[in-house]
Amino acid sequence: MGFKKLINSKKALSLVAAFMLIGTNVLMAQGTGADPKAADSTSKADMWLGVGYYVLLVLLACVIVAVVGKILRVYDLSLRMQGKKGMNWNNIIGVICLIFLVVSMYGVYWSFTVQGNMILPESASAHGGKIDFMFWTTTVITMFVFFITQILLWVFLFKYRGSDKRKGYYYPHNNTIEKVWTIIPAIVLTILVVFGFFTWRTVTNTDNLKNDINIDITGHQFAWEIRYPGKDGKLGEVNYQLYTPNNILGVNFKDRNSFDDQKADTLVLPVNREIRINIHAQDVIHSVYMPHFRVQMNAVPGLPTFFKFTPTITTADMRNRLDNPQFEYLLYCNKICGGGHYNMQKVVRVVSEAEYENWIARQKPYLTDQIKKELHLADASQPNKVAENRIALNN
Amino acid sequence: MSTLAVHDHGVAGHDHDHEHHHHDTFITKYVFSQDHKMIAKQFLITGITMAVIAMLLSILFRIQLAYPDKNFPLLETLLGRFAPNGRLDPQFYLSLVTIHGTIMVFFVLTAGLSGTFSNLLIPLQVGARDMASPFINMLSYWFFFTASVIMLSSFFIQKGPAGGGWTIYPPLSALPKAMNGSELGMTLWLISMVCFIASSLMGGINYVSTVLNMRTKGMDLWKMPLTVWAFFLTAILGVLSFPVLVAGVVLLIFDRSFGTSFYLSDIVLNGKIMPYEGGSPILFQHLFWFLGHPEVYIVIMPAMGISSEVIAVNSRKPIFGYHAMVYSLIGITTLSFIVWGHHMFVTGMNPFLGGVFMITTLIIAVPSAVKTFNWLATLWRGNIRFTPAMLFAIGLVSFFISGGITGIFLGNAALDINLHDTYFVVAHFHLVMGSAAIFGMLAGVYHWFPKMFGRLMDEKLGYLHFWLTFICAYLVFFPMHFMGLDGVPRRYYAMTEFPAFNRWLSVNTFITWAAITAALAQIAFLYNFIHSIFFGKKTTQNPWNANTLEWTAPVEHIHGNWPGEIPTVYRWPYDYSKPGHDADFIMQTTPLSETMSSNLPHDFEDNPAGLQQYNEWAKTQRSSEEVK
Repeated sequence: MGFKKLINSKKALSLVAAFMLIGTNVLMAQGTGADPKAADSTSKADMWLGVGYYVLLVLLACVIVAVVGKILRVYDLSLRMQGKKGMNWNNIIGVICLIFLVVSMYGVYWSFTVQGNMILPESASAHGGKIDFMFWTTTVITMFVFFITQILLWVFLFKYRGSDKRKGYYYPHNNTIEKVWTIIPAIVLTILVVFGFFTWRTVTNTDNLKNDINIDITGHQFAWEIRYPGKDGKLGEVNYQLYTPNNILGVNFKDRNSFDDQKADTLVLPVNREIRINIHAQDVIHSVYMPHFRVQMNAVPGLPTFFKFTPTITTADMRNRLDNPQFEYLLYCNKICGGGHYNMQKVVRVVSEAEYENWIARQKPYLTDQIKKELHLADASQPNKVAENRIALNN
Repeated sequence: MSTLAVHDHGVAGHDHDHEHHHHDTFITKYVFSQDHKMIAKQFLITGITMAVIAMLLSILFRIQLAYPDKNFPLLETLLGRFAPNGRLDPQFYLSLVTIHGTIMVFFVLTAGLSGTFSNLLIPLQVGARDMASPFINMLSYWFFFTASVIMLSSFFIQKGPAGGGWTIYPPLSALPKAMNGSELGMTLWLISMVCFIASSLMGGINYVSTVLNMRTKGMDLWKMPLTVWAFFLTAILGVLSFPVLVAGVVLLIFDRSFGTSFYLSDIVLNGKIMPYEGGSPILFQHLFWFLGHPEVYIVIMPAMGISSEVIAVNSRKPIFGYHAMVYSLIGITTLSFIVWGHHMFVTGMNPFLGGVFMITTLIIAVPSAVKTFNWLATLWRGNIRFTPAMLFAIGLVSFFISGGITGIFLGNAALDINLHDTYFVVAHFHLVMGSAAIFGMLAGVYHWFPKMFGRLMDEKLGYLHFWLTFICAYLVFFPMHFMGLDGVPRRYYAMTEFPAFNRWLSVNTFITWAAITAALAQIAFLYNFIHSIFFGKKTTQNPWNANTLEWTAPVEHIHGNWPGEIPTVYRWPYDYSKPGHDADFIMQTTPLSETMSSNLPHDFEDNPAGLQQYNEWAKTQRSSEEVK
């Protein structure tokens, strides 16, 4: 029987060799064919050759699997013919389970150390610190559970792998244990819930501070418009029905607050000041996502939303900390909004108070000459409708 | 009523040879069959076909993510205008993502999973001749089939399939001009889903009525296997929540086609002021997630039931805490109706409401944790037999742990602010409901293949299939957590526009190759599955030495499942390795009077007469021992 095994493995070897030969031939053919890459027809042929090569590789893999399967079968049969028991798959799989546990634990460790270092830097906003603390607490607790349960699972599989000599242990229930592992997760989750609930309530608090800066951010396919309130600190009303190609936000110039509103290309924020961004969408749902500040809120047509936060680290400071002179804070869309969804971003720059004052003074007013002209022409016909207060719809 | 009818059919009319009464034509046997076993096979094969299609779609968009700057002439040959110059069109990319999600969630893991195993196992495991209404059961399959055809047909229209994500949030899905995927493709999506929900409701009503009305003698609710419990509760969940999606979908059809404004307000699209006024996009999200969240439990609960059964059978041990397992399923069923808002923490929903949904969401983690611990306790000191089905059931447990704990992050409203709609979410649900549920389904296929086709699948190919799929699934989804923690959003056609995301490109390439390997590993399954249907080794009646009722039915499928009378049930389904009994399993049909040496006082909980008998027997045993 040992001979048969040998023959079989030889067959396998020759098959492997044959297929490798064909495979390399095809690859070579592709290599030489790709060089001129002038005519369209050759590139078509190349394409199919390339595909054919991969198909062959897959077929080869299938053949190898089939051959290995046959070898195992023959080996198993030869064991049985010698009066032995045949392959014990319970043992084999049990050992594989143990190997899997060790290798995967190393993989998890590697992933945590390498990819775990590629995650977002520390929060650049005041409330973000609370969220980060919450995050790390949850991580520690859940990772503890993860490792305990996975290790138990795979060790049990190895340790209690089947054997004809044993019987399972008849143990249908134990109410004490059941209670313990109902109550302990319940307690841990209660702690996380209470902790999370209060964090959430502080993050989403709705009290208005006097000194905060109101900024309007409006999403449409596929860009963001930014509007600053100007010297009076108040944003003029908007009404989508007032949209014109020049006044794309539909600002209502009947409202005096709108006269000094400013338009900006970059979202520039003074450090350590409370910011309230008022979020609008014109066409479909978008989402204002500024991960470095732990800020996200959807932009919903017909339902103005807002998010309040206080940036704490300037862009320059963050560049130093990350040792990356190219670093920028970003605002990007995080709710599927159409074909351009993947490229709908704005740079966010956090600067010192003085730099902010300097910058804001240089921004152009929203009320451009063109709009003035337009308004003059349309003065009589402008609808006198005021945007209703839709905050009530918030529920 | 139907109970009586079916009983008469079986007992009175069929005391003599059963099969001779039926002359099935090809059409009534294989196409418009009303036999639950055949309908189960129809669901399974359609489900597997849809799964393969959805998997191929995922490979297409994974290629785009791994090689955003490369042209693949083959793609143009295959997809034509959807991949000009061999690169996926961004809008078609979104269509791929949408249809992948829709098919996997609804067509594979709802219909393919519940449809197959509820149909196959409910009558066989509770001891019924067929479903309560075989005709409605047949309709359920054909509605599902129609839904599948309509869904796939959207690939052959000018603008391509629906593209607003599987959650189809309006206004994106309501405004045909907002993207290609909101044109005719979206209409087809909505029609397909209405057919699908009709199918699902017909199936669900059948499952519930069969479980409640058609159990055999002795099969009280607490003697049902966990599979049946899971299918039963899943069906209830579906029956109560799917109609809400119909409501949401119908209103969306109105908004799209008849100019209503249920979900639309204040819209300026491409410089055109739209006339819609007064609607709320958030309303759709509430309606959608009122189904959408129970839906993920509709997906996972049957898989949990199957795994519980498979783990108990192959550990040769009773499932630990049978009652706790049932109560946790009931708990999950109930709680799943009040957690939908956790998908909407950052949508502009009132933040206080967000806080409430956070509390209910984290509570639902408790029954889930109990289930996990009970599975571990079942394995403990078992005599574990590694069949492929067992490995897949174990895979479910592992995925459920890994994916479940990240749910604690996402269920926390404060943490969800930064994790919402990132790859962290993708990793979470692909592990906890995607991979876990598909592994539960595969465990079911390997375990009940002999029941369905009368033959065995090859074990070694099953092992290969398991290990490749299992390892690759982790390789695909584990790194995604870290991408999410870096703020990489999901549903992005390419990360190339963001220099900060360049460092994830190598990870994306790695994930794609892991996904391709996982897809190729399915060849092992498909070959094994198809080959074994025709050439597999013939099975014995009870190949896994299991206790449940389906293994008392003959291998050859007959109409009515059992020749002669339906067996009576005397005990719960988990008497494995019971001390005092020679074999390591006692079937549910074995009366306690035949197993005096292994009976326990616990077996007579609701049976005082039996307990008295048992005590007497025990006394005589003791006295005879004393005599010796």
